[in-house]
Amino acid sequence: MDLTYTEEEEEFRARLRAWLAATLPGLPPRPDPRDWPGRRAYDTAWQRRLYDAGYAGLHWPADAGGHGATPTQHLIFLEETELAGAPYVGANFVGLLHAGPTIAAEGTRAQCSRWLPPILRGDEIWCQGFSEPDAGSDLASLRTRAVRDGDAYVVTGSKIWTSHAEVADWCELLVRTRPVSADVPGHRGITWLALPMNAPGVSVRPLRTLAGTTEFAEMFLDEVRVPAAHRVGEENDGWRVTMVTLSFERGTAFVGEVVACRRTLRALAEAARGNGRWDDQEVRRTLGRLNAEFTALWRLTQWNVSEAQRAGGVPGNSGSVFKLRYSHARQELYDAAARVLGPGGLDLSHDWTADRLSSLSYTIAAGTSQIQRNIVAERVLGLPKGR
Amino acid sequence: MDFRLTDDQRALQEGVRKLLEGRFGRERLRAAVDGPGVGPEASLDRALWRELGDAGFFALRLPERDGGVGLGLPEAVLAFEEAGRALLPGPLVATHLAAATVPGAATGERVVTRVDGELVEWLDAADHVLGNAAGAVPVRSVDPLTPLHRVPGAAGGDVPEPDAVPAALLTAAEQLGSAGRTTEAAVRYAGEREQFGRPIGSFQAVKHLCARMLVRTETARAAVYGAAVTGEAVEIAGAKLLADDAAVRNARDCLQVHGGMGFTWEADVHLHLKRAWVRAERWPTEREAAELLAAALR
Repeated sequence: MDLTYTEEEEEFRARLRAWLAATLPGLPPRPDPRDWPGRRAYDTAWQRRLYDAGYAGLHWPADAGGHGATPTQHLIFLEETELAGAPYVGANFVGLLHAGPTIAAEGTRAQCSRWLPPILRGDEIWCQGFSEPDAGSDLASLRTRAVRDGDAYVVTGSKIWTSHAEVADWCELLVRTRPVSADVPGHRGITWLALPMNAPGVSVRPLRTLAGTTEFAEMFLDEVRVPAAHRVGEENDGWRVTMVTLSFERGTAFVGEVVACRRTLRALAEAARGNGRWDDQEVRRTLGRLNAEFTALWRLTQWNVSEAQRAGGVPGNSGSVFKLRYSHARQELYDAAARVLGPGGLDLSHDWTADRLSSLSYTIAAGTSQIQRNIVAERVLGLPKGR
Repeated sequence: MDFRLTDDQRALQEGVRKLLEGRFGRERLRAAVDGPGVGPEASLDRALWRELGDAGFFALRLPERDGGVGLGLPEAVLAFEEAGRALLPGPLVATHLAAATVPGAATGERVVTRVDGELVEWLDAADHVLGNAAGAVPVRSVDPLTPLHRVPGAAGGDVPEPDAVPAALLTAAEQLGSAGRTTEAAVRYAGEREQFGRPIGSFQAVKHLCARMLVRTETARAAVYGAAVTGEAVEIAGAKLLADDAAVRNARDCLQVHGGMGFTWEADVHLHLKRAWVRAERWPTEREAAELLAAALR
């Protein structure tokens, strides 16, 4: 049980800190959240700066253009960039955390050299076409059909919850290439394709969330031709190929957010001391309990990173335990914010009110809490499968 | 940074588990619970106490030059986690903390207890009491293996004595061990017990209870181990708060998974619940911990 960092890790942290201090003041102002082209330009410009400074694809393997950093170095990177108030990964998220690592692990040499460098440089943006209106938690039942026609697949269907679809160049798309039958379960007939978003037959419709913003989109595919050379992995092997990416999402995706939540919690205490709500012992103790909660979540992050370090960087099912606890804690944090704000909690111009609304997605996105509990019960605790 | 247990720590954990399985296994536990001397009459097994002393349980953190094992808080936490798993009775925390100051405590020759808030555990069995237990009156303890006395008017000290912080951490470690043990017990029962022609663990309603238990245990584990490494008072208060919650709620859920059997004296789960309740009353209680953690938000 060692929570101290090695000399090498501390050097890495110091270099990063110095670079952030020199770089961040020169950044342009953040774009309006509704300005999608502006957001893309801002996020990709940040990625380019990371690339030029040697921080792009830090945790990617070296032969994929990354730096082969250890999970601990990646943790330090995410912690320090958040502490310094650096931009988020934003529109680069799917490329850096899903599609890129999948291509690096499962793609051919030609596919890696075509797709990976533009992700690292911030030249190209990816989105994710997994969920469908009728295939959410039961992702393996997806129905978007791909039929082979010469050297291409002809794809027809629809996808939903696709972040950044409006500005993406590519979509990591799951399609059905073999119908489900008595002998073929859903997950055995799925194929992973890289879909160019400018292909004829692709249309995107923004989806307005309960927060009033359009963070997601629906995507409609009408006989879209995708070159067969854009298939990563074997035909009908896309489910396995996809699982590689999902474990990445559950590994380190929330490190920066836990750091940010701890800062928010301190800001909440300050606000409560300022407006008199601190005298309400229920409010005060709720904030105290959340202090324990987020300190533990940070330790749990360090625990999971240490485990991943031994396992060669591949996060295990411990990510599900973390996600279950964190998604709930985040909602509690912003519920507490509303109690601190009082009537101000109804004012949408306050960041905490907007964050309270967006926190509602956390127990649903990337595997609902109910699905995560099934995963924990069956894969970690070994309980029998069933309904 | 490598938060995982070192090989030595794993060996220690396994060693203590084996020792307790051999010296205080289920039969000994049930003999103690079902024997004549429970509740206020519970008697402490002095032979077992000396064996714990011989094994270094109390002298774990004493420097080697003083006849101790020379280990730190993380190792002590691992040992106390095992004690919590095994439902080992006795004023373990107080005796461990007295190893350097009360002669005979380190070797298990003398039993030491301490006044914690208004309560004292194992007062009649103790050779030495830390704190003022004057006027203590016996309580019909809810836990058959923890005799309790109440010291009227003893509570309310704002400044806890110096041992209070490590005591809180070791109590949290016991709670963690209990939370892990009840999770295992619930999972085992859910896999064996059949209703409607299949194991009840295949039903989501039961499955999700078990998953919640594991999430509580693993969150408490990260909190307790982290607090053991930093030794920081506020982090220890947070660890106690989360470990209390995990132990009490996991015991409740374990009871629920066991159905009617869970309500019997024969099943061990009530022993975990009752002990968890006793430990949750030790300083800092949920209320005290939450206040400490709130005050630290700066």
